[in-house]
Amino acid sequence: MLSLAWLIPVFPVLAWLIIGLSGRKMQNRGSGIAIPAVLISFLFSLAVLVQVAQGQSYHTSFTWLEWPGFQITFGFQVDPLAAMMLVVVTLVSLLVQIYSLGYMQGDSHYSRYYANLSLFTAAMLTLLLADNYLLLLIAWELVGLCSYLLIGHYFRNPGVPQAANKAFLTTRVGDFGFMIALMAIFNATGTFNFQEIFALAQTGAISQGTLVLVTAGLFLGAAGKSAQFPFQVWLPDAMAGPTPVSALIHAATMVAAGVYLIARSLPLYLVVPQVMQVVAWVGGITALLAAAVGLVVNDIKKVLAYSTISQLGYMMLGLGVGAFFPGVFHLMTHAFFKALLFLGAGSVIHAVHTQDMREMGGLGRRMPYTTLAFLAGSLALAGVFPFAGFYSKDSILAAVYASGNSVLFWMGVVAAILTAFYITRAVVLTFWHQPRSQGAEQAQESSPVMTVPLLILSGFALAAGWLGADFSGNILGGFLGTEFHLPRAIHHYVTRIATVAALGGIVLAIFTYLFRWFQPSVLTQRFPQCYQLLQQAYYFDRFYNRVFVTGTIRVAEFVAWFDQTVIDGLVNAVGRLGKNLALLIAKIDILLIDGFVVGFGHSVGRAGDRVRRWQNGLTANYLLSLVWAVLISILTFKLLG
Amino acid sequence: MIPLSWVLALAGLLFGIGLLGALLSTNAVRMLICIELMLNAVNINLVAFSRYQGQAHGEIVALFAMAIGAAEAAVGLAIFVAVARNSKVIDIDKINLLKW
Amino acid sequence: MGGIDQHFDLQVIGLTGEGERSKMNLPWLSLAIILPLVGSLGIAFLPKGKTKGYKVAALAVSLLTLLLVVVIGTQVDFGQSGVQLEEVLPWLPQYGVSYHLGVDGLSYPLVFLSALLTVLAVLASWEVNYRSKAYFSLLMLLEAGLIGVFLALDYILFYIFWEVVLVPMYFLIGIWGGPRKEYAALKFFIYTLFGSVIMLVGILALYFAAGINSFNIIELTQITYSSHLQFWVFLAFFIGLAVKVPVFPFHTWLPDAHVEAPTAVSMLLAGILLKMGTYGFFRILLPTLPDASLSFAPILAVLGIINIVYGALAAMGQDDLKKMVAYSSISHMGYVLLGVAAMTPASLNGAVFQMFSHGIISALLFYSVGLIYERTHTRKISELGGLLVKIPAIGVVLAIAAFASLGLPGFSGFIAEFFVLMGAFVNFRNLVFIGGLGLVLTAAYLLWMMQRVLLGEPRVDWPQFADLKGLELVAAAPLVITAIVLGVYPALLVNLVSPAVSGILALLGGN
Repeated sequence: MLSLAWLIPVFPVLAWLIIGLSGRKMQNRGSGIAIPAVLISFLFSLAVLVQVAQGQSYHTSFTWLEWPGFQITFGFQVDPLAAMMLVVVTLVSLLVQIYSLGYMQGDSHYSRYYANLSLFTAAMLTLLLADNYLLLLIAWELVGLCSYLLIGHYFRNPGVPQAANKAFLTTRVGDFGFMIALMAIFNATGTFNFQEIFALAQTGAISQGTLVLVTAGLFLGAAGKSAQFPFQVWLPDAMAGPTPVSALIHAATMVAAGVYLIARSLPLYLVVPQVMQVVAWVGGITALLAAAVGLVVNDIKKVLAYSTISQLGYMMLGLGVGAFFPGVFHLMTHAFFKALLFLGAGSVIHAVHTQDMREMGGLGRRMPYTTLAFLAGSLALAGVFPFAGFYSKDSILAAVYASGNSVLFWMGVVAAILTAFYITRAVVLTFWHQPRSQGAEQAQESSPVMTVPLLILSGFALAAGWLGADFSGNILGGFLGTEFHLPRAIHHYVTRIATVAALGGIVLAIFTYLFRWFQPSVLTQRFPQCYQLLQQAYYFDRFYNRVFVTGTIRVAEFVAWFDQTVIDGLVNAVGRLGKNLALLIAKIDILLIDGFVVGFGHSVGRAGDRVRRWQNGLTANYLLSLVWAVLISILTFKLLG
Repeated sequence: MIPLSWVLALAGLLFGIGLLGALLSTNAVRMLICIELMLNAVNINLVAFSRYQGQAHGEIVALFAMAIGAAEAAVGLAIFVAVARNSKVIDIDKINLLKW
Repeated sequence: MGGIDQHFDLQVIGLTGEGERSKMNLPWLSLAIILPLVGSLGIAFLPKGKTKGYKVAALAVSLLTLLLVVVIGTQVDFGQSGVQLEEVLPWLPQYGVSYHLGVDGLSYPLVFLSALLTVLAVLASWEVNYRSKAYFSLLMLLEAGLIGVFLALDYILFYIFWEVVLVPMYFLIGIWGGPRKEYAALKFFIYTLFGSVIMLVGILALYFAAGINSFNIIELTQITYSSHLQFWVFLAFFIGLAVKVPVFPFHTWLPDAHVEAPTAVSMLLAGILLKMGTYGFFRILLPTLPDASLSFAPILAVLGIINIVYGALAAMGQDDLKKMVAYSSISHMGYVLLGVAAMTPASLNGAVFQMFSHGIISALLFYSVGLIYERTHTRKISELGGLLVKIPAIGVVLAIAAFASLGLPGFSGFIAEFFVLMGAFVNFRNLVFIGGLGLVLTAAYLLWMMQRVLLGEPRVDWPQFADLKGLELVAAAPLVITAIVLGVYPALLVNLVSPAVSGILALLGGN
């Protein structure tokens, strides 16, 4: 079974090809091909997971490109990390695709949607299976393409194309760093293969400078993909895509690819602690800043988007302090509970036809399953015992605490309070109180095809954390092969703080929004600048628009003008100069050269004209001339002697 | 014997008359006569020098000149006759068809 | 005459005697040039008014040529670096001029590209009805010239083919072009003629400096020239080739020519004509003038980067779709220049790959722009919009072309640009950082273009357009497939090219 692991991404590719090539003939049958394909992939992944858990591993490769002294091999490998991620990705993808049966029903581009989802799944699976950086980059870019295509699904709506472009371009800036890293690493080692590179790095065969460049470049790519500070701007806009897409791509899988990349490359980072520091700080800052924005956003999907950014920051923070297991653990649990939250939000949006939480309310009784599922996801996100987030977030905070960087630790704790607060706020605004709009009043529970995946995911949101818990003997840690042991005292201390933080945030939000003990508007009026700062997400968008977008367009317009006017003007001027020179030469030719020839003839003629007047026909004159001639000759002879 | 200068003076006078006549006359025949005068003035010169030097060269040349002069007169007159027949004019100033 | 025959016989014997691979005694390469030439003449002598007939004839001739080129491919052993299937006939023996053809891994991809793109250009010209006899005749003449340039191994022959290409191109733009066709055609002609005349000076200088009474391109590489001479000859060749590539600041003829040229001509212009310039770098400059090449390399690299970034920025600033694509061509050719300048195996292989890949992708881009223009009768980006709603299939073709062009992995462009940058990273690390900026800019202007042309709601109340027709699909599909196949498995092309590149590197002194 394990030797067939390479087939896992092949099924979705086939689905994509079949749906894509049949075009309009497919009509609305795309899902009938895509879902079985991803189901098969999921079953394969499960089988692979089981075999990897039994200690087997898989690696296959072939020569992709070579010339003398140069060889690039491509291959697939399955290690515990990949095996775990394969299951997560195929499972979430499967559930999302089933959910989409209901959510996307009647969409005019239903089959295209499923084709894109299939391609995405295939690319994401390839990304996980890749045994080298180049193949990973290729898959990495392809998931970016799918993200672009899926964000742009409603491409006729205003603002949607811009959002798609923004996502692609922002991540592309990061990918540039990724590519630089690959160039540096290949020129230093002559291979893209993970294992070979890690082996070389650990023996010190790669210079520190190169490693810094490589790790920094990789992190740039990861930060772009995972929407880390300062690349976070694209993810909230990416919510323009269909909600299931947000769940799958912009919460559970693709955005986590950045974290996966760092986790994969952790052996490199461990050699260059200074870059590790950067990763940790960027993660911490992102976690805190994004969580703060989550407090004030009213769009339910945007709350979840900022939450995603914040949680990805947590993972980066964990990896940045060198903790492989907590980062990956949180990556896994987050994939489940964030997909759940998004799908729950999607169910709400599907029912209420708005994304603005101010127009919701009172949905608890109208949509019981959705409410239950969303609640489970929220508790997991807030990190409440015994939900999944509790264990994974806990382990990250513990790792940060153990690393001794108390600033980062407290940033994480504050972010945890904010997280608990904003998600409770979202839950209360959406599901409690009275409906605040007609849509909310008439909302009905979604069809089972949507609620069943929600309930399945709820189970994972509750239980996924247990895999990494102490009471289960940390099955996941053992599976991943990384022992993660911290002193019990630290664990207890951190657990207490984290629980207090989570409950504190929840209680605060409940008092504010459920019991309405005090009005949040008091705060926003007291500190309008702060409120605006958060509302505008620290003005990043405005800044980027002014500086990069507008600036680049201005420069481009200038270059276009410059090219047209100056460079081409110069060419044309040279051309004109040549033409005028030719005309001038032509004139000179007529005047001077030809003029000389003609002029000579003319003057001879004119001279003849003069002379011939002498020949006046009077014989006496001729005779006189003769006389004069004789006289002059005589005189001349006389004088000359 | 008459001094040479006298003879030369005569010849010069004769030549001058001929020259003036040739220059000033408009009648073609008269012009031809005047030319004959000039020719013969030269002949006189030739003969005179020949006599005074005691050599026959000059006289021989004079004889030639007379012969040529006769021939010339004949040709000249013939031309004039032809011209006169054509244009009924003998005025030398009016005979200018060959000019530019 | 007898001498020539004898020589030819010897050559044929030489061919048959070589190797155990069975090679038929046919002058394959000459046939590949003569076939389109005969086609050109044949179409010219067809009776008047048979518009369809000219098209079918041109298609048949170009398909046969393509087939012939494929057969040539089977005859060549690409594992070796030297030129093969050589044909030599003395021409002006007292001056060392000969009719000398040959093919290697460097020229074969370009010959193939010429043959392939001509077929597609004929298909893309199916709607040309104005003076179609002359049009298709000139198209065939152009193909003969292009194949000739890539096969010629004698400077004089090379130069003649080089100029032969100009003539049909001039008429194709000047007669079948847009509103400012005369200006564009004249500019193209004069500009490139100016360049090639300077190149001719270089050729002659090389000939006299070598002093072996030979115009043989290969033989002349085996002589070491003084660095002074190399400097000047390099400069002369560089200007001649730079105009063709085109290298900043010699590029301004290109946007004008593209804007005015009909679609099929644009495909050929961007697809192949530009590669004549870069082919010259590989065939002539690097092997013949290694010292000068090395000392000029930094300048070349900087010019390459300028091409990349400047072209991308200029493309972003255009409102005319075709002009935008033309500037993107300038930008992409910058990678070839950078690859040549870096002179590492990866960068040179990448540069050759880019030549081929850009030939495919730019042709596809121009074709899809042409398809849009044919329907909307405008190329102004500001007047288009929402085309994905009106003509989804054409929109998809344009999107594929755009993604291929912006270097998305899975398409050939990514492979080329990645290897060029990776190769250049060794020598010109800082320039590569700037070149990476070009990657972002390229993505930016192409995505922005797609946003304004394809996405959103249609801005104008257009009538119903016909979507992609069968014939148009046939013309576009080979390009899409080639770009994807090479993107997924680049070894198909690299295996042909890399021995030739190794040969060049060996001549460069194993740098």
